[in-house]
Formats: sequence, C-alpha cells, structure tokens
Amino acid sequence: MTEKPRVALFVTCLVDLFRPSVGFAAVKLLEDAGCTVEVPAAQSCCGQPAYNSGDRKSTQAIARAVIAAFAGYDYVVVPSGSCGGMIKAHYPALFSDDQTMAEKARALADRTYELVSFLVDVMKVERVAARYDGVATYHDACSGLRELGVKAQPRKLLASIAGLTLKEMRDSEVCCGFGGTFAVKYADISDKIVEEKAANIRAAGADTLIAGDMGCLLNMAGKLERAGDTTKVRHVAEVLAGFTGPALGEPGDGS
Amino acid sequence: MKVTSRAFKTNARHALGDAHLQQAMTNLRSGFVERRAHAVSQLPEWEELRDEAVAIKKHTLANLDFYLEAFEQKVIANGGQVHWCRDAAEANAAVLAICRRLGARTVTKGKSMIGEEMAVNDYLEANGIQPVETDLGEYIIQIRHEPPSHIIAPAVHLVKEQIAQSFRDTHRDLDPARQLKDSRQMCDEARSVLRPRFLAADVGITGANFLVAETGSSIIVTNEGNGDLTQTLPKAHIVLASLEKVVPTLEDAATILRLLARSATGQEFSAYTTVSTGPRRADDLDGPGEYHVVLLDNGRSALLGGAFEDMLRCIRCAACLNHCPVYQAIGGQSYGWVYPGPMGSVLTPSLIGVEQAGDLPNASTFCGRCEQVCPMKIPLPKMMRHWREREFERHLPPRAYRLGLAAWAFVARRPALYRVVSTWGARILSYVGRARGRFRALPLASGWTRTRDLPAPEGWSFMSMWAARQAKRPAP
Repeated sequence: MTEKPRVALFVTCLVDLFRPSVGFAAVKLLEDAGCTVEVPAAQSCCGQPAYNSGDRKSTQAIARAVIAAFAGYDYVVVPSGSCGGMIKAHYPALFSDDQTMAEKARALADRTYELVSFLVDVMKVERVAARYDGVATYHDACSGLRELGVKAQPRKLLASIAGLTLKEMRDSEVCCGFGGTFAVKYADISDKIVEEKAANIRAAGADTLIAGDMGCLLNMAGKLERAGDTTKVRHVAEVLAGFTGPALGEPGDGS
Repeated sequence: MKVTSRAFKTNARHALGDAHLQQAMTNLRSGFVERRAHAVSQLPEWEELRDEAVAIKKHTLANLDFYLEAFEQKVIANGGQVHWCRDAAEANAAVLAICRRLGARTVTKGKSMIGEEMAVNDYLEANGIQPVETDLGEYIIQIRHEPPSHIIAPAVHLVKEQIAQSFRDTHRDLDPARQLKDSRQMCDEARSVLRPRFLAADVGITGANFLVAETGSSIIVTNEGNGDLTQTLPKAHIVLASLEKVVPTLEDAATILRLLARSATGQEFSAYTTVSTGPRRADDLDGPGEYHVVLLDNGRSALLGGAFEDMLRCIRCAACLNHCPVYQAIGGQSYGWVYPGPMGSVLTPSLIGVEQAGDLPNASTFCGRCEQVCPMKIPLPKMMRHWREREFERHLPPRAYRLGLAAWAFVARRPALYRVVSTWGARILSYVGRARGRFRALPLASGWTRTRDLPAPEGWSFMSMWAARQAKRPAP
C-alpha cells in the first residue's frame, strides 16, 4: 500500500466509559497494521439502546450525528461486533424513507468494520507481536458472529500470540444473555443464560475469557466474579495488543 | 386457551425456579440442537433448499386467494368440504355442527396448534363431546390439564417421573403395582389406553402441515402414526388448518418437507407423512366417510402485505424455539399462549394484540440464532423490533423507562454534552469502585447486581484521555 489508510476509530460508549484501554489497544493494533488513526471528537453511541427499545426517531437522530462525524475517512473501525453491526447492518435500513440519508448510511456501512475482522480481512494482518502466558477460551459474541461473520479472524490472530493456548468452550456461539437493556429488564432470564455460559467457560479449563464486545464481557465478568471465579476476563483487542493490566473487574489504581 | 402473556415475567420467574422444568430443558438443549446440526451437515444443498422453499411460500402468499380457491375446488371435486372461518368462534361452531350432525360422542384428535388456538377441546367438552388427544405428548398434557409448552413436543417441559405419576393418577383401573420406569413402559400403557378410543371415536380431528392446491389434499407428518388412526377410522375426518398452510403443488410440499423434519427433530423425514385426499371412495377399503377442512384466518389475512407478512412463511418446525436461549431458560408455558419462543414472540402479538403480549417481543437478546436456523429465513429479530417500535409509538413501555431512554437519547445526540457526562460518569464510578474493581450493588441496576457484579470503569473516559494525549503530541 503506497499511502497509509486513514482510519476513524468509533470507540463505542461502553469502551469509552468502562474500558479505555480497549480503545488504546485498538489504536495500537491499527497503527501497527499501517493505518493512520483519528478519533473524531463528535462521537457518543451508535444508538442501539434506542433502536432496540423501539425508539426509531431517537435512533435516526443519533445515526445522523454518527454519519456526519464519520464521513470522509477511508475506513471506520469499531472494537465491537455489536456497534459495528449496528452501523453496517442496520443504519441503511433506518432511512428507508429518506433517499439521501440512506445513501450516506450505505456509504458509511460499506467503510465500517469490526476491529479484528478489519485487521485480518482488510489489512491482511497475519500475526501480532504480543505475548500472553495463559490458557484462554473465546466467546463468539452474537452480533459480530451473525451480522458480520467474525469467527475465524480473532482465532487466527490469537493463535499467533506467544505463550497463549486457546481452548474452545462448549456452545461458544450461544448468547451470553446480555442483550443490552434486556439484562436489566429481564434480569432473571438474563442471569439464567449467563449462568449456563459461566458453566461452559469453567468447563473449558481456561484461566482467561476473551471476547470482542464490552457488553458481553461486563456480563460474563460480573457473573464469574459474583461466583468467586478467578477467570480473567479481557477484550480481544487488549490481548492482541499485549495490554495485560488489571483484567475486567479486578482492582485498579482508579487514577 | 386462557391468555397469560401479560404475566410473562411472573411466569418466567416460576419456570426458572421449577427444578423439573429446568432438568427437562437441559435435555432439550442437547437433543434437538445437536440432531438438527448433524442432519443439516449431511445435506450439501441445504442453503439452496432454503431459498427454494422461501420462493415457494413468497409466491403462494402473493397469490393466496387464488391458491385457496383452487384448493377448495379440488376438495369439493374429491367429495369433501371447506369451511371458511374468520375466527376461532366460527371454526369451533363449524366443528361442532359436523359432530352434532353425526351424533358424535367422542372425538379423537391428532396434534394441532390451530386446535389450541381455537381451544377446541374445551369447546367440545362444554358441548358434551369428549375429545381424546392421541399424540403422546398432547395426551400427557391433556390428562394434566396443562397447555402445551412447545409446538412439536408439547410435554417437553416434563420429566419422566412426572408423566409416570400422571399416568398412575389417571389410569386408575390398571394395576397400581405395575412398573412405570422407562419411556417404553409408558408408551405401551398409553397405546393400550388409546387403542379402544380410536375404535370408538365418531369423528377424527387432525391438523395439517400442508394443504395442496393442486390435488385438494392435506398433509400431516407424525412420528407415532396416531394421525392415521385418528383420521381413517371415524365417520368423518376434520382437518383444522390456517390459511397460510396452502402450497401450490405436491412437488412444493415435498421440497419444504425436506427442510421440515431436519429442522424440527434432525430426522431426514418424519416416520409418517400422510397425504389425505377427500373421503373414502367407493372402491377404497377404508377411510373416513366425510372429509372437512376447517380453514381458519384468525387475523392472518390482515398480516398480508404488512411488516409481519414474512411470519406467514413459518412451517412450525420449532427450530427457533429449540435454539433460543430465552426459551431454553424458561420453557414455553411462560409465553402465556399457544405459540412460544421467537416465532411466538412475533405471531402472538399479531393474533391476540400487542397489548396482551407486549413482553414477548421485548424478551429477546436479539442474538439472532433463531433467524440463523429458521429454514424459511424469517427475519424474526427484525419483526420483534417492529413490535417494539409499535409499542413505543403507543407509549406502552413503562413511563420511567421511556423517560430514562429520552434523557439518555437527549445526551447521546449531543456529543459535546455526552463527553462531559461520560467523563464524570467514569470518574465517579471508578472512584467509588476502584478498591474492589467492581460493584456488588448499584442503584437503578439492582436487577443486574442482584446476581452479578458490575466491573468498575478503569478511571478516565477514553475520549478525555485521548484528548489529553493529543494535546501533549506536537502538532503535525
């Protein structure tokens, strides 16, 4: 590639609030892959909480802001299959009654990728330089898997990490029970689903759980921690970038 | 059937605390799911077959009036009759009129979800006619006075011991000391109890998996053969079918049949596929004296041409139920009406009104597995979202939830304001939670923190840290 692609990072609201290290890991991975990374200041959330609550008008308003903020880049990269799927698979359909906006949404969707699939499928990254001493199991978060086809890409890059062994859990493609507001509105059902997931994680015999979506990670980490389980829970970007500070839910310095 | 969909959350809570149900659901997770996956892996043309089946149904739905009238003409030509019924009341009246005319005292029944929609058993009983379910699962829930919990395996929420107890409670003329430990013994007992009922029945009622316009036939698939005895022995065979069951030709039915059993039970084909065409002819050795098709609309024609038309492609294989993490967690009775799981979460509000069933389309994580396994490629999550949008437009979600969402959306639309809120949100939450690294309780999130911790934020928000880092970098 003669010129570095100009990539805009869509941080996502959960990474912004809970886990900035995922954002910095994404920046590192993208820069290592030869991209120029920018973080448009005018970003907040992709709009899924409104979209999945049936509030189409608010979703459209948020989507308009995202479409405007992320226009003009070569690519838009998201460290989440769920938010990436929202932009790529759902934004165009939001404006079925507005030709101009629909075209802009389509243009954005065409340039938007989930982080790990972008690294592998677009930037043709074959390996990463990180090291991780441990046995990990990988949860296929639903939207990334079913809307964006993220399955082989993270496994390919994780396999290149020195010291890391990947052990598959049973039903890695089954939902963890997060589902956004579902986890609070139907907390009992959500808890039962994540209980099954936690049992499968434990049975895999891994010391680390990896996934590509913050929502699912918060849910699974929260369930494992309440049960006193010491499995470390990390976002795939952190592991690929070699960021191995406190895992999700572990005490940090809070600075 | 009594609707309890409004009590969905309470129903679900009871189901989560029901040890027998939870044990039975574990069996479902491994059984249906693995067998389906194996069957699909053995058929290289699976995806082409799905596309073909979708095209057949789309074409049929676009010309539904034509094919239904063609079907009726053929039924009449074969010596049968079609009863067009707008709703359950009309359908029940049609069934009762036939039974009365024939002086029927007992009616045998094969499995029919349309029968559940009509609550035809209750109706017949109230009118002095005894209905006897002959599908083993339906028979079990009939003697337990329960609604079905699954559209093809109605008693799947029960364990063997519960069924054995129900048999002992019901079959009181049998030896109390008899063994009822394994399913073979229970099957034999049901068979011996049902055999004289088949012979005594005046009318046999079955459902239909397909109505074939080309020949005027109805088709059922079963694994027990009960449907054949139900429809062949009595004076009349009544088929209960909803209008979207029609397909143009036998060839079309055969195409969809290749998807049905594989999706449902992981079989290549069900043990019995029975094609019924009219009453007994003069030179037939056996068969019913009369053949009636009670054709039920019950709100379906109103779905044509609208946001929910795709739902009419459903062939009731139950793959979406079997693969749904929510269904697996709570079973089918929690959904509170005839159709549970993802297909029920779309269809139930369409048929009984979203005011009655508002929770159903909301109680989904949108994991998308239902759409992935649906042989008819029905976009179930998309249609559940349509229902949520209609509920939101009508202000059906609780006021507090709507206000919270509006406040959040107000901020999310304004990135500058959003940055202030997220920066301070991250600061405050991490300050409070940093020692532990997580929260064991949080206001407004008690549903979550009752059973799960919530990991605490790391410290600053990403956007504020990024801004600080950029300020330190020399200008390019």
